[in-house]
Amino acid sequence: MNSTNLKARRRKFKSDRQYFAYLLLLPTLLVITSFHVLPIFYSFALSLFNWDLISQARYVALKNFKILAYDPLFWKSLWNTLYYTILSVPMSIISALTIAILLNNKIKGIDIYRVIYFIPVITSINAVSIVWKLIYHPNFGLLNKLLSLIGIAPQRWLLDPKWAMLSIVVMSVWKGLGYNVIIFLTGLKNIPVHLYEAATVDGAGRWSQFRHITWPLLSPVTFFIFVMSIIGSFQVFAQIYMMTPGGGPMNSTTTVVFYLYKIGFGDFHFGYAAAIAFELFIMIFSLTLIQKLVVEKRVHYQ
Amino acid sequence: MASLKWENRISKTIIHVMLIFGSIIMLFPFLWMISTSLKGNESILSDSIEMIPRDQKTTLIDGVERPLYEVSFNNEQKEMVLLRSLNEGMAEFIDPANPDESVVLPLTKQKPVRPMSFHWQNYPDAWNAQPFGRYFLNTIFVASVSVLCQLFFSSLAAYAFAFFRFPFKNAIFIFLLGTMMLPQQALLVPNYVILAKLHWLDTYLALIVPFTASVYSVFFFRQFFLTLPRDLHDAATVDGCSHMGFYFRVLVPLSLPPFLTLGIFSFLGSWNAFIWPLIVTNSTHLRVLQVGLAYFLSDAGTEWGLLMAASTFSIVPLVIGYFFVQKRFVQSQAMTGLKE
Repeated sequence: MNSTNLKARRRKFKSDRQYFAYLLLLPTLLVITSFHVLPIFYSFALSLFNWDLISQARYVALKNFKILAYDPLFWKSLWNTLYYTILSVPMSIISALTIAILLNNKIKGIDIYRVIYFIPVITSINAVSIVWKLIYHPNFGLLNKLLSLIGIAPQRWLLDPKWAMLSIVVMSVWKGLGYNVIIFLTGLKNIPVHLYEAATVDGAGRWSQFRHITWPLLSPVTFFIFVMSIIGSFQVFAQIYMMTPGGGPMNSTTTVVFYLYKIGFGDFHFGYAAAIAFELFIMIFSLTLIQKLVVEKRVHYQ
Repeated sequence: MASLKWENRISKTIIHVMLIFGSIIMLFPFLWMISTSLKGNESILSDSIEMIPRDQKTTLIDGVERPLYEVSFNNEQKEMVLLRSLNEGMAEFIDPANPDESVVLPLTKQKPVRPMSFHWQNYPDAWNAQPFGRYFLNTIFVASVSVLCQLFFSSLAAYAFAFFRFPFKNAIFIFLLGTMMLPQQALLVPNYVILAKLHWLDTYLALIVPFTASVYSVFFFRQFFLTLPRDLHDAATVDGCSHMGFYFRVLVPLSLPPFLTLGIFSFLGSWNAFIWPLIVTNSTHLRVLQVGLAYFLSDAGTEWGLLMAASTFSIVPLVIGYFFVQKRFVQSQAMTGLKE
């Protein structure tokens, strides 16, 4: 047995291990690269063409982006998405935080409440969209029936451009609420109890405790939910498709993703749809980046 | 001291009242869904709010089905048939046993006869209106295969990150984490075109392959593997255990909790996925449940009893499963939510 032989064997062992590690990574890297990374570049390439997948693709340079800049329906869909976000994010955060604070009171039956508030989260958006479509029905929907009990005139909800988006927002907030409640609750549990005890000794009331302890210490969690909800809002599709299949009265519920779907998979304008997708990508990517940067900064600060 | 205790009790009562009010809002749509799924059309289209399905009782008079009312006159109550409505809110009722006798009474003061009636038939009717059996099988098949592949591939990758040293390890890891920032919806168009070129459109491959990898799962597994002792791997391989032997005989048995948690998550995600299966499949025999529901909604747009029955049977398996795993689920939701 000589030392060079041993060295060679050790080296071989090491490189074998390295090759094996790459082998372990291969399936994941392959799938992620082909379906998540390359498509981003491909999307940009596609947006430079006019193509319906069947006939010859025609190179049009940046024309699709120029058309997009003057496309009233694209701006409308952008505004609708923004409107959805502005309505849903505060609504969801305020109600989720309220419920989480109520649940954080060492009360009986907390597990049961948690299960109940979480049920809409696990059910499929398609099935609950059908249920809410009936609830919003202008003639015999539950909502109008209940409102008539307290003397409020029936509305046409999903069929009324004034109400359609709000109706979808209310349903979506109801659906996603439990998720945010659980995250807020975890955040609340991480706030040291002795802070509240000290505040009580100092005579601070509930509101003042919330203002000076809960809210500031919860802010990283709130920020996380805030950004995740905005990103989620930019991707809303299923409930729009199910509840307002045409994109709503006067396109009032046509969001960016719905518009993208309509252009791409309804009209088969893949180049133009790719241009919309690219804009969407830039918007969501910047949001995610901002979140990462702010969170990173916070971590360093602490 | 006593007053403090009382104050505490009152505030807890208020909290319960508010939480119960919220719970009702959370659950009522589901109760309404189940209730409606057992109703007939007449009852669904009526103005009343009935939780328990009821139907208007009718009797055949002169070849026409006419509604029965609980009519009170001369200090007695009688079931009578509404023959016709008259002016000023009055209506003519007749006794079905004695059709020649009729009375005229104010309509709003009489109660329609509505006995309980459950339309169980809505369920088989809905089930057969679309090939829902096939949709369920497809959904279960696609979800199972993609979840199993995803767990296998992700844990393998995490195994590499946690137990091996190799060039560019950090670079690859950061690259993978970076891809988590890429939004799915923006990739629909290019991925569709890629699948078209591969001739994978309208096949199970399109539904499964893109979901066999998940950076999130890799990250989650890696975090768990890092809590295991590093020497474990060295000791096992020195003892002649192969790398894959270590994976199957040591790593997997030690990591059942993350396997289970991620498995549940991915299964749920796959079960509820919509936009992707909607665009990449076309044939009925490949359709998954969520897409099937969308087609059913546009086909049976006004058959609300059937639609609610379909919604119910597509939700129930998940809710039952959820009750079994809810503890693990809620905890890990919170954990993962914060770590993302």
